[in-house]
Amino acid sequence: MFSINALELGLIFSIMTMGVFVSLRILNIPDLSVDGSIVLGLAVSSYFTIHGMPILGIFLSFFAGTLAGAVTGLLITKMKIQPILAGILTMTALYTVNFRIMGRPNLDLPVETKRLGNDYYTIFTPFEELLGKDWHVVIVVSLIVLIIAVLLYLFMKTQIGISLRATGDNEHMVRATSINADGMKVLGLALANGLVSLSGGIWAHQQQTADISNGLGMLVASLAAIIIGEVIFKKTNVISGILAAISGIIIYRYIYSIALTFGLRGEDLKLITAVIVVGIIGIKMIRFKDIFAKLGSGNGGGKNA
Amino acid sequence: MLEIKDFSITFNKGTVDERKGLENFSLSLDDGDFVTVIGSNGAGKSTLLNTICGSYKVDSGKIVLDGMDITNQKEHRRARFIGRLFQDPLRGTAPHMTIEENLALAYGRGSRPGLAFGVKKSDEKIFKEKLAELDLGLEDRLKTPVGLLSGGQRQALTLLIATIVTPKLLLLDEHTAALDPKTADKVMELTDKIIKKHSITTLMITHNIRNALDYGNKTILLSQGRLVLVLEGEERKSMTVENLMKLYSTTAADSFSDKMIL
Repeated sequence: MFSINALELGLIFSIMTMGVFVSLRILNIPDLSVDGSIVLGLAVSSYFTIHGMPILGIFLSFFAGTLAGAVTGLLITKMKIQPILAGILTMTALYTVNFRIMGRPNLDLPVETKRLGNDYYTIFTPFEELLGKDWHVVIVVSLIVLIIAVLLYLFMKTQIGISLRATGDNEHMVRATSINADGMKVLGLALANGLVSLSGGIWAHQQQTADISNGLGMLVASLAAIIIGEVIFKKTNVISGILAAISGIIIYRYIYSIALTFGLRGEDLKLITAVIVVGIIGIKMIRFKDIFAKLGSGNGGGKNA
Repeated sequence: MLEIKDFSITFNKGTVDERKGLENFSLSLDDGDFVTVIGSNGAGKSTLLNTICGSYKVDSGKIVLDGMDITNQKEHRRARFIGRLFQDPLRGTAPHMTIEENLALAYGRGSRPGLAFGVKKSDEKIFKEKLAELDLGLEDRLKTPVGLLSGGQRQALTLLIATIVTPKLLLLDEHTAALDPKTADKVMELTDKIIKKHSITTLMITHNIRNALDYGNKTILLSQGRLVLVLEGEERKSMTVENLMKLYSTTAADSFSDKMIL
């Protein structure tokens, strides 16, 4: 059973998951503002699309996200607020911001654009004829994901990138080597949320709507994806982390779409996501070696008797 | 070189747990001084080092390093001139990053990190030379994550990280205490070698009285946040471990009886 839509969404959300990888795995900060940041991207992108500037909207969705991330970072470093609370505060504030940008809880982009008297097009429109109606979104988003993944990998090898990684790995060491650890946290969270928001910006063009509640459960989905991906890419280096984030979310979206074909409804999926996360963590905890060893010794004992 | 004037710091101010960390503490070091710091637990040795490097803010007092008043400088700004090592070998290195990445981080000390690649090809040769000086075989393992090294190897690497850009001041907080005796001796010798080679001004906390006398050119004894003894020159040369132990235990006993009264 193959669903292009699942692949499209998996690829689009892989940008979000890379963002969560930066905050959670590189900086070692659980940033809960993801559910708000992705809607921020949706809202900004939608706003500019209906006003006839969809490409500008994509870029601005990234910058809006970096601002939101910087706010969370400043709450953590300057106000000494616990990271989890700081993320929740930003997410709560973003709900209002997102609502104000969109003007109402739901936007239908083609309808709204025409109502405002603008030409409706998205970043995908120019490629529709060139690449075919079925595959153009997948191809365009794949290219974007590839570029972002390569840039993110290269960035993590720069002086700033190394400082960022060290901040998450050993903050004491970073402070002792004259690097501003607080600044690194703000920068890292800005980058992370920029990616999450950019993902939302592209999503708006793919689904052609924006809804204030679209962000619900996105953080948990990203966590699930990272955990799934890490089962495949076990190493703890940057390249494995990025590959884990991308592959994990695509697999996750497939599980999601399969669950839908079995007659489960959209509302059921939040529970399923939570179950997937717990299940994967459970599987990771079971030490298969021990189980096989037990089975082996059991058989051996049987023979001897 | 280093001028500390009237340092005072109080912990848990205004609570029942109020405790003086340092009280009107003054100390002056010359260029190239290697000072060993002794004193019982709670005497204020680590507090002294933490206030010098800016981890703790002093209530009053002034600190001048190499003619520059750094009293109000933030910790990471001071770290441009101050290298430090802690007792815990895990504190000085980033475990999930490679040896060369750890060194690259330290090699950039003092300059703002930019978008140039962190580990340059030209740096690798320097890193290899410096690692070879440690004589632990680390020079062939530049791509190994630091988390895979032993405690002794990590502490030796931390020593290199702290001194790869020669600091104006080196602070050592019982940096060999968590290592086995043989490794501790080796790291201590390495430390002495590097300090002498670059004539780095150093403060070293130690509970090993023999080390306190064998290494460095001055020894200071702290008790209850105060400087109670400075040993240098002939007096230090003629000092024996036994005599110093006696001095040490009398001051320790003082603080102990005080605590009993409290």
